[in-house]
Amino acid sequence: MIASRQLCTFLLDGHLFGVDAQTVQEVIRYQEMTRVPKAPAAVSGLINLRGQIVTAIDLRTRLGMKPRENGKRPMNVVVRSDDGAVSLLVDQIGDVIAVDVENFEAPPDTLQGPSRELVQGAYKLNGRLLLLLNCAEAVQLVTE
Amino acid sequence: MSFDDAELMKEFVVESQEHLADVENQLLTLESQGDSMDVGLVNKVFRAVHSIKGAAGFMGLETLGGLAHRAEEVLNKLRTNELRPTSLVINTLLRAADQLKALLDQIETSNQMDVTPHLVALQSIMAGEEAATTTAVAIEPTSENTKFEIGISSEALREFLIESFDNLEQAERDLLALERQPGADDLLNSVFRSIHTIKGSAGFLGYLKAEKLTHAAESVLGSIRSGNFPFDESVSERMFTTIDAVRRILHSIESEGHEGADVTGELATQMEEFLQEKLSETPTKVPKRGRSTRKSASSKKAPVAAVTSSKEPTESVEARRAQPDPEVIVTPVKPTPVQANSPKIETAQAPEAAPKAPTPTRISPAPAGSASGSTESSASDSTIRVDVALLDKLMTRVGELVLARNQILQFNSTIDDSALHSAMQRLNLITTELQEGVMKTRMQPIGSVWSKFPRLVRDLATMCEKDVRIEMEGKETELDKTIIEAIKDPLTHLVRNTVDHGIERPEVRAQNGKPTEGCLILRAYHEGGQVNIEICDDGAGLNLGRIKAKAVEKGLMTLEQVARLADRDVGNLIFLPGFSTAEKVSNVSGRGVGMDVVKTNIEKIGGTVDLQSKPGLGTTIKIKIPLTLAIIPALIITSDSDRYAIPQVNLMELVRLEGEESRTSIEWIQGAPVYRLRGRLLPLVYLRNELGIPRDNSAKSEIVNIVVLRADDRQFGLVVDNINDSEEIVVKPLSKQLKNVSVYSGTTIMGDGRVALILDVMGLAQSAHVVTGTKERAVSDSNDRATTNNSNMQTLLVLGVGPSRRFALPIAQVTRLEKLAINKVERADHQEVVQYRGEILPLIRLSDTLGVEPANHPEGLMDVVVYSEDGRSVGLVVDQIVDIVETELINTRPAQRAGLTQSAVINGHVTDLLDLPAVIRMVDPSFFQSTLNV
Repeated sequence: MIASRQLCTFLLDGHLFGVDAQTVQEVIRYQEMTRVPKAPAAVSGLINLRGQIVTAIDLRTRLGMKPRENGKRPMNVVVRSDDGAVSLLVDQIGDVIAVDVENFEAPPDTLQGPSRELVQGAYKLNGRLLLLLNCAEAVQLVTE
Repeated sequence: MSFDDAELMKEFVVESQEHLADVENQLLTLESQGDSMDVGLVNKVFRAVHSIKGAAGFMGLETLGGLAHRAEEVLNKLRTNELRPTSLVINTLLRAADQLKALLDQIETSNQMDVTPHLVALQSIMAGEEAATTTAVAIEPTSENTKFEIGISSEALREFLIESFDNLEQAERDLLALERQPGADDLLNSVFRSIHTIKGSAGFLGYLKAEKLTHAAESVLGSIRSGNFPFDESVSERMFTTIDAVRRILHSIESEGHEGADVTGELATQMEEFLQEKLSETPTKVPKRGRSTRKSASSKKAPVAAVTSSKEPTESVEARRAQPDPEVIVTPVKPTPVQANSPKIETAQAPEAAPKAPTPTRISPAPAGSASGSTESSASDSTIRVDVALLDKLMTRVGELVLARNQILQFNSTIDDSALHSAMQRLNLITTELQEGVMKTRMQPIGSVWSKFPRLVRDLATMCEKDVRIEMEGKETELDKTIIEAIKDPLTHLVRNTVDHGIERPEVRAQNGKPTEGCLILRAYHEGGQVNIEICDDGAGLNLGRIKAKAVEKGLMTLEQVARLADRDVGNLIFLPGFSTAEKVSNVSGRGVGMDVVKTNIEKIGGTVDLQSKPGLGTTIKIKIPLTLAIIPALIITSDSDRYAIPQVNLMELVRLEGEESRTSIEWIQGAPVYRLRGRLLPLVYLRNELGIPRDNSAKSEIVNIVVLRADDRQFGLVVDNINDSEEIVVKPLSKQLKNVSVYSGTTIMGDGRVALILDVMGLAQSAHVVTGTKERAVSDSNDRATTNNSNMQTLLVLGVGPSRRFALPIAQVTRLEKLAINKVERADHQEVVQYRGEILPLIRLSDTLGVEPANHPEGLMDVVVYSEDGRSVGLVVDQIVDIVETELINTRPAQRAGLTQSAVINGHVTDLLDLPAVIRMVDPSFFQSTLNV
């Protein structure tokens, strides 16, 4: 078992989230998107990433948070998934942080809503909690 | 020996399947050749089965090996002329080949499968015919060899060479790896297998030296495998020497047709001696370390020392790695053993010099003209196998490059710089060529699909008790791999149908004065960026009367509708769902499903099917398909400033309503909008509604754009904000998150780099409930389409008569357009005629017949439209041939006069449409009489 792992961190509605740095393909600034009517709500649109068409999923919507204020442009965290690359839209990108397994704790039972499924747990950093996002689960969308 | 290396097993399965793929057709050819069979072909089949047998035995696949062995025995009798390729023999072999395939498909459990019936069948063939021919004396090995050398076809030889070069290379690689980890059994096995395969093929083809050499090497390897002595440097040196020698022999075979004299049997003898030495020295000691073996071996005298004296084995390995060119590693063959080590390293350091220095043992026939190193380009170098996924990726990148180029091209036009322009020109050209090149890599000849048809036809024909011969033209016509996959089933179905329904039984054919053997022709060719595939038979043709009756009986059409149909359209009725005229349902075809599926499948990939049938003469089914699926033509439309692509395949026509019309011509039936398209109600679907985009209430609503689409033989109008343009788009799949959204079928990247969604017309129709109606409804709708279609898009020949009158007739009725000299017109039987192609061509002056003032004709030539029916022709004299237009007939008005059907506006002129048969009848009432009697 590896005692520490690298997490790529980002901000969502004031919360600090992290995904395993290994799964992150690249981080890019806001891209023009093509919206997809009738798609699940979390799908913000499609991005042309050097010839590869990447679905952008707004993590705020996905986690049941309130929408981003008008005029604020999200960043793209492009992660690898079983089905090719998927872009996660986040408010702001943070550092890559090495975290210690010892500081990990499962989410409290009081955590409800979509976050319950998607937040695997929290790393207790100095003065801050870093929530570990279940990336594979986050890109799974149920179409209505 | 049990073998569980999955990778190797997979390789074996793929290889064996490839071997078997050809066997089928080769066997069929043998059967057709009968007594005059091509021995080379038997050899090919034998070789394929033999390789399967060898590898199967090696991997412990007893059932597979056993069956292959038995088949091989029968083949052996065939090639020694002890058996004849009777249909019984071929049948049994074919079935055995099928069983081999089945075993390969389930390789894991193959040993548990029961193949006894096949073994018995093969055995009985052996026994049955053996009794009769047992007197045939076994042919002496030497004479056999010469015989086979003659019998080998150049193709078989080429195959053998490619395979053997590959095997040598593989063995070499494995040996190198083996030197690093001498205990690796799988590597040893792999080397053994490679050498064994070469041995088998070489022996079979009568290349004795190669066989002897590989046999000796194989013995050594076999001995190591059974643990008699360990693998060490001395062994690998020996192996490399052998491999090099074999390679030289192969080169010699390739270039000169024989094994050459330079490699002598000495090497094999040395190998045998080496083996004996190894065997005699090791059993007592069984040294674990290669080092001790080497020491003891090097203490020995003579030939062995040549190899084992190499003090730096690693160095020699390095040398080989650095310079695998077999041409330069020739010294070990020399009888002077002392030099073995040093020259090798030298050549590795200076490979350029090597070919120039004539070595006495050098046997490569490479002429001095070919530069150093290039002698290696043999047959095996010309092809490689590439993963399709890699090609797809490459394709994506190239697509991206094309887009980038397009963007740069746009800038280019705004900047005035000649250097930039010329650089752009080159970029442009290179990109285009690159794109074409990458596209080509995905192409496969259609023959790969066709290759299974001879067998299919043969089996079906036997089952239906018919004689059918299959002919193929244009096997090499290339198509995208995905298309090849997509047309496999439809084609199979059509071929089945043709054999079952199209071609008559021999006795019926004989009665009708046709040869008893029916002929099925498959033809493929490129035409206008598309591929045409034709399936022709010389059978009975479609019984149009019965089809019409059936259509009425099944309630697919009314009597009236049927009566209006042209023969050609009647034929195409069989593509309607639930249509079958077969009197009895056979287990081959005729269940009434199929032809519509064929049509749907072909249309799915953007193709069309057309059927033409001549009673008593046969049927031709013509399929037109695009070259590739990756790029399709599409119509780009806009909805709420987003662009969407609609595949052109689904597109029927575009309608634009402006001003007053836009408000009044859309009517509502209880909330469902409809538009009267040429008198027929066209259900309308608003794209904005379907996509959940709010209605646009701005001033633009003055204009209504309707895209008339077809989904599952239903038409509907899609109302969109704007119709942009037609474009070729590169189709990319939807991501997993969007797979379930039914209204899209894919995505694409537009010229400006933005993503656009491709609308799934079928999905759209379903979500808008356009295609939820009952089947009857769908069918009657499609019939409407069929009939209206006849009057919709037509290719017309526009004629000018007199100063201003225009007439038009469907181009399909025109046989030829001619310019004939006016002074050649003669008179016969009160009619103007000309001598035309050795016949008398009656002329009809359109102006006279229709009572139009003719133009003042300049003397000289006149334009004549030749119309033929049933071998008889008539010439229509007109003043001017104006144009050929493909148009849709709008604003038509039924005509009042005889000889005309209707009036329409074509290219801005009011044009009368000719009823050509009526016109001819007005002049020559007897013209059609002979046709009517048929």
